[in-house]
Amino acid sequence: MTDVSYVRTEMLEEKAPPVSQAGIIKWLRDNMFSNIPNSILSIVALWAIYYVLSDVLPWAFQSSWNANSLNECRSAIAAVYGEGASGACWSVIHDRFLQLIFGFYPSELYWRPVVAFLLMFVAIAPVLFDGLPKKMLRFTMIYPFLAFWLLWGGSLWFPLMIIAGFALGYLAFGVVSKMTSSLVGMIAAVLVPILWWLFLSGDVATMLQSIIPLSIESVASDKFGGFMLSITIGVIGISLSLPIGIVLALGRQSDLMIVKVICVGFIEFIRGVPLITLLFVASTLLNYFMPPGTNFDLILRVIIMVTLFASAYMAEVIRGGLAALPKGQYEGADSLGLDFWQSTRLVIMPQALKISIPNIVSSFIGLFKDTTLVSIIGLLDPIGLSTNIRANMEWNGVIWELYGFIALVFWLFCFSMSRYSMYLERKLQTGH
Amino acid sequence: MSTITDPVQGGFRISMLLYDTRYRSMTIQVIALIGFLMAIGWLFGNAAQNLAALGKPLNFSFLGDTAGYDINQRLIEYNSQMSHGRAAVVGLLNTLLVAVLGCITATVIGVLIGIMRLSKNWIISKIMTVYIETFRNVPVLLWIIMTMAIFIEVFPKPSDFRGADAVASMKLFESVAVTNRGIFIPSPVFGSGSMAVIAVFILSIVGIFVFGRWAHKRQDETGQILPTFWIKLGIFFVPSIIAFYLMGQPISLEYPELKGFNFKGGFHMRNSLIALWFALSLYTAAFIAETVRSGIQAVSKGQTEAAAALGLRPGRITSLVVLPQALRVIIPPMISQYMNLTKNSSLAIAVGYMDITGTLGGVTLNQTGREMESLMILMAIYLTISLTISTVMNVYNERVKLRER
Repeated sequence: MTDVSYVRTEMLEEKAPPVSQAGIIKWLRDNMFSNIPNSILSIVALWAIYYVLSDVLPWAFQSSWNANSLNECRSAIAAVYGEGASGACWSVIHDRFLQLIFGFYPSELYWRPVVAFLLMFVAIAPVLFDGLPKKMLRFTMIYPFLAFWLLWGGSLWFPLMIIAGFALGYLAFGVVSKMTSSLVGMIAAVLVPILWWLFLSGDVATMLQSIIPLSIESVASDKFGGFMLSITIGVIGISLSLPIGIVLALGRQSDLMIVKVICVGFIEFIRGVPLITLLFVASTLLNYFMPPGTNFDLILRVIIMVTLFASAYMAEVIRGGLAALPKGQYEGADSLGLDFWQSTRLVIMPQALKISIPNIVSSFIGLFKDTTLVSIIGLLDPIGLSTNIRANMEWNGVIWELYGFIALVFWLFCFSMSRYSMYLERKLQTGH
Repeated sequence: MSTITDPVQGGFRISMLLYDTRYRSMTIQVIALIGFLMAIGWLFGNAAQNLAALGKPLNFSFLGDTAGYDINQRLIEYNSQMSHGRAAVVGLLNTLLVAVLGCITATVIGVLIGIMRLSKNWIISKIMTVYIETFRNVPVLLWIIMTMAIFIEVFPKPSDFRGADAVASMKLFESVAVTNRGIFIPSPVFGSGSMAVIAVFILSIVGIFVFGRWAHKRQDETGQILPTFWIKLGIFFVPSIIAFYLMGQPISLEYPELKGFNFKGGFHMRNSLIALWFALSLYTAAFIAETVRSGIQAVSKGQTEAAAALGLRPGRITSLVVLPQALRVIIPPMISQYMNLTKNSSLAIAVGYMDITGTLGGVTLNQTGREMESLMILMAIYLTISLTISTVMNVYNERVKLRER
């Protein structure tokens, strides 16, 4: 009997999938040419990309990097690429690069803003990364004063005296709240530093300076410019706005009627007016609100107004963080017997701030972009400088190179920060 | 047996203000209020003292003085002999003009881009991502200035249109001239009898609403669905066109013509207005697109699937199930984008468009030296606009809020 088997014993050889079902063709079919309207759209889009790039790329690469004026640059391009070729004069960036970055900051002192900028990353690292030792936060606290000293220069004693004010406030809180109650301690903690800064710190700093001179060359505010100015205003604005924003957000959440009304009024007022009007206040009005005879420089006034502006937005960001905390956290803190400040400090704020970090980063992006508005009141931020450069004889008529460069730098900063905040958002997401 | 003793009825002691929770919050508030009033009083006291020293105490009468400057873009009659107050009103109208125009175009562009970003077509969605990221991450002031630069440096001069071998030519059937002094578009000329055409047009718009309601009611009662879109389109166009020809074509267009050194006739849109309008629309559209995208993505897939299970067609699923739910998420951030656009329109000053910031906060402020008064009015106006928009938003939110049981 023959062995008849209807079951295949050897497998067929595997065949490659049909051409239309694999690799790039399948991908193209699925993602670009799935049906007729889609195909038309894709072709139009490809044509549009080609159209733009075929204009922009030759322009960007048929360029001149080393020329001292627009005419020189144009003739250099014509010499290399033939008559009538239009190319980018990147030489304007090459020529004015340091000015666009540092403004009119003295060139031998460029290391100071650079060091301050690099130290900034050290200062914010412990806030953003969990793995780092918590002791680094101490540097974060000192950093603002260090940066101030590095940027503006002058005697080291002034920032030290300001730190001393905070230390005094902390001491006063400890001593007074032991003697009486924490509320009186709180008031003392606010009053003592203010009195110290107003009446004593200046004299003490001058005295100490004359005993132990510790100073570096001071740089006047009107030397600040370029991206350094934008970053300075942005960073100072956002970091000062954080504590003010926390206070405002707590005030807005509070049960105390009057406190709440004051905070809501402030927040809504600032958010209701454009930043430019606040900058007008800084440039024309702010000195009027100070005691007669006071006159402090424009950048400082701008920083004050930008800080107020940012703190209203920050308050809303933090309020969002507070609202996102589950109610159980508040109740849990209450049931442990913590009072308001203890529960806020130990339970609520650490979590609320952590939730708000992505939004804080976004509001920093917004503020950083808004710093360009200072060019309208005559400060030399990159846009202000670009107006200056374009008014200059050598570079009169240059548009795209300059604006393109400024836009690119802003884009790089803002885009990387927004990606980072998206990454944080994903990392902090503890839900599903 | 124990008795409940009443709490000791001690007199009020001053320390109770601090330690007794019944009074403590009051104490804190009073302290806060006093501190606040002191700060305000100090600031305004200083201001009053400083202004008095400068010889310009708070006084709003400068609004009645002759302004003495011209505003070339204006919606109401204005010349340099009119008052600063009138100039401010012209500026305010200009602000509102650019804000309204900007909001409309930003919404249209933003919604389109937001939807296209969700497209299954890879290249389209990538292009839209590039658009959004480009516009969002560069300051709006830079966009405004760049758009203005395009207008001034790239577009042809009016003189380029002259002669037989003109370098530039008018667009759209010789009706629109794009020059570096602005865009000239045809303007309508209303002859006699045009009022009738306009009346018919308004009536037909009312008719569309009435018809829509009637069709809706009919569908509720009988279940029959009319092709409302085509009928509405018909009502929109047909009666007005018939009236237009019946009245003997009373409305005509006046085309811009090159006369002398510039175009005459038609409607002149200054390039400052257009640059501002474009830049604000494109910038805000990037934000609106993100809003729209997240709103559409926020509608859970179960909703779409449930609607499909009910047997609705894809178009109906979008219009009846997805959109109403997405709009609830989209509208509030969209309105705050409108608010941002309105506030950003104050950057008009960078391109010389005379909005309220340019007139009241710019020229008037500099000419009269009345910083305090000008800025107070300016801020009050912006605040009013913002508060109005946010009131509208709150009303809307209240209306569309999910009714939870």
